[in-house]
Amino acid sequence: MNNPQLNKHGELQHLLSTEGLPAPILRSILDTAASFMSVTEGRDIKKIPLLHGKSIFNIFFESSTRTRTTFEIAAKRLSADVVNLNIGSSSASKGETLLDTVDNLCAMHADMFVVRHSQSGAAHLIAKHVAPEIHVINAGDGRHAHPTQALLDMFTIRHYKKEFHNLRVAIVGDILHSRVARSQIHALTTLGVPEVRVIAPKTLLPSGADKLGVQVYHDMTQGLRDVDVVMMLRLQNERMQGAVLPSAQEYFKYYGLTREKLVLAKTDAIVMHPGPMNRGVEIDSSVADGTQSVILPQVTFGIAVRMAVMSTLAGVG
Amino acid sequence: MNIQIKNGHLIDPKNQIDGLRDLFITAGKVVAVGSAPEDFVAQQVIDATGLVVAPGLIDLAARLREPGYEYRATLESEMDAAVAGGITTLACPPDTDPPLDEPGLVEMLKHRARELNKARVRPVGALTRGLKGVELTEMAELADAGCIAFSQADATLTDTRVLMRAMQYAATFGFSVWLRPQDSFLTRDGVAHDGEVATRLGLPAIPVCAETIALSTMLQLAHETGVRLHICRISSAGGVAQVRTAKQQGLALTCDVSANHVHLSEMDIGFFDANCHLVPPLRSQRDRDALHSGLLDGSIDAICSDHTPVDDDAKQLPFAEAEAGATGLELLLPLTLKWARQSHRALSDGLAKITLQPALILGLDAGHLSVGAAADVCVFDPEVYWKVESAALKSQGKNTPFIGMELQGRVHFTFVGGQLVYQFKGC
Repeated sequence: MNNPQLNKHGELQHLLSTEGLPAPILRSILDTAASFMSVTEGRDIKKIPLLHGKSIFNIFFESSTRTRTTFEIAAKRLSADVVNLNIGSSSASKGETLLDTVDNLCAMHADMFVVRHSQSGAAHLIAKHVAPEIHVINAGDGRHAHPTQALLDMFTIRHYKKEFHNLRVAIVGDILHSRVARSQIHALTTLGVPEVRVIAPKTLLPSGADKLGVQVYHDMTQGLRDVDVVMMLRLQNERMQGAVLPSAQEYFKYYGLTREKLVLAKTDAIVMHPGPMNRGVEIDSSVADGTQSVILPQVTFGIAVRMAVMSTLAGVG
Repeated sequence: MNIQIKNGHLIDPKNQIDGLRDLFITAGKVVAVGSAPEDFVAQQVIDATGLVVAPGLIDLAARLREPGYEYRATLESEMDAAVAGGITTLACPPDTDPPLDEPGLVEMLKHRARELNKARVRPVGALTRGLKGVELTEMAELADAGCIAFSQADATLTDTRVLMRAMQYAATFGFSVWLRPQDSFLTRDGVAHDGEVATRLGLPAIPVCAETIALSTMLQLAHETGVRLHICRISSAGGVAQVRTAKQQGLALTCDVSANHVHLSEMDIGFFDANCHLVPPLRSQRDRDALHSGLLDGSIDAICSDHTPVDDDAKQLPFAEAEAGATGLELLLPLTLKWARQSHRALSDGLAKITLQPALILGLDAGHLSVGAAADVCVFDPEVYWKVESAALKSQGKNTPFIGMELQGRVHFTFVGGQLVYQFKGC
């Protein structure tokens, strides 16, 4: 099976998922992002003309503030022209199909698409459809993948922990419905993290989660023991009642990250969260705002990582 | 009209014929096998040298999309596809729009099909009005109009009391009830087998117990009511095991599997190939192996095409939004031959799964070439390879997971009632 993300020379053609991407490509994106960090940090003029004259279309079929904004900033720092489309409020509601929307934007000479969609596989479908000179970045498709989030998480881990090969990482929360978790797992295992744990009640785990190369825990006090990195996941509001979980309160009691639970991890463990956080549901404020939290640096790194992805795809990294 | 099909390798599973025999047809019926009857003068001679002469195929599940979905397929296009696939009789499920729940609709469909003069259409009537699972249909009237069985198609029947009553009523008249086991609560918005691939791709999943739980309900109710039960499109190892046990215990039970599921598994979804969005979902490789064993030991009686034409637009969508189904009429024969080859079975064993066995399930005296039988005949080249290409398919449905694959076995001639209704252009 051809990897739809790579061209015939093995270079990144689209970024659709962290699954199946060779470690050298992941590392190269992280290195490029690091170079962008040093270029942009502390400078008055943050723009670099790498993507000057390129048109990047942010097409979001599902609402998002943070991800769309960081993509927009990243593209603008690379001097690209950016167009933001919230399709949820336009074409799709008029009955236009996904690929018709894409065709129309191609006719406007788009060079790159940043796509978010509520259905798993939407970015793959677009990537298969567009002309070979157009690049697609998956900004989140259903429950499947959110590769730039995972890459910025890897950047954050490398920033604080330097290496991957000696780490124990725990991902906590709604693994079943999480595109972030899937992308994190593939990125972590590809980069050589020897022990990746997932911690969740059985109703929030996909069947055969262990086949993804992770160790499964249901008890947070066991799962957090001696980990170097704690990656919390957002619990969607609609999961908090009904037949998946009985209540937000009970969830917080058993799976929320509190100071008491965090002491089980290594003393220098870092705490991450892809945002937006539900304080008092999956994470206690004292931890979110505490000394071990790297949640805000994640956002900053996110811009550099997205710049790195865009420039890599454009072949100008 | 006298027809002689000569020099062919005749395979008739019912009569256990498997060798070089000529076939003689007069007035739409088989009049002799082997040597010509006295005074027989052939008006048409078909040279079947190097070809297999077999009973016309019988497909237990082919959606013709009429009435209601003519933009996806028409009776004309699908009947052309059927005979091009060597199929001479097909059962069509009742999930048309409106569903086949009134005698008038059934008569209209049969009339339209008869006018086209291609394959014989045997409608399966709706078990409940509008397939809604609440009120029984007029089964006896529907049977008089031509329905050969009663089914819910893919609509689930959650009310077990209604299901029991429907079975009791059908059993009163000796009608058989065809059901596809699927618990609607466990299925809900699922689109793929609850396994490795759905986990990896983040696709809403359907667990195997959605099939096995529904199946145990059906088997128990069939036992209670004494109805003749036919299980459609079994997909899992657990399901096959239940059917096997129920048959061993003497339940009047038959079972079919779709040709897609005989050869594919969840792995074939690859990177979200919407052609592999099927109902039931493609399951694990272990389940597929169990389907093979079920076919071998007779737990599964028949292979069907589960032909479901879907237009391209409905497939050009993200996996879960893409409409489920695949075209299949023209692939039933090669896919069945492929199973027989892979299982080291004689061609005749493969053909039985798509001729004699489905005829028995339908309760028809068909699927064989005995003297006196209707001359429904399929003449095919069992060796030749051909590539499945959308444009070359006669069906209006161009989507199948087998697009681009090479399959072995191609129909050259199809006769229905002694009339040549299809001839392969390349021969």
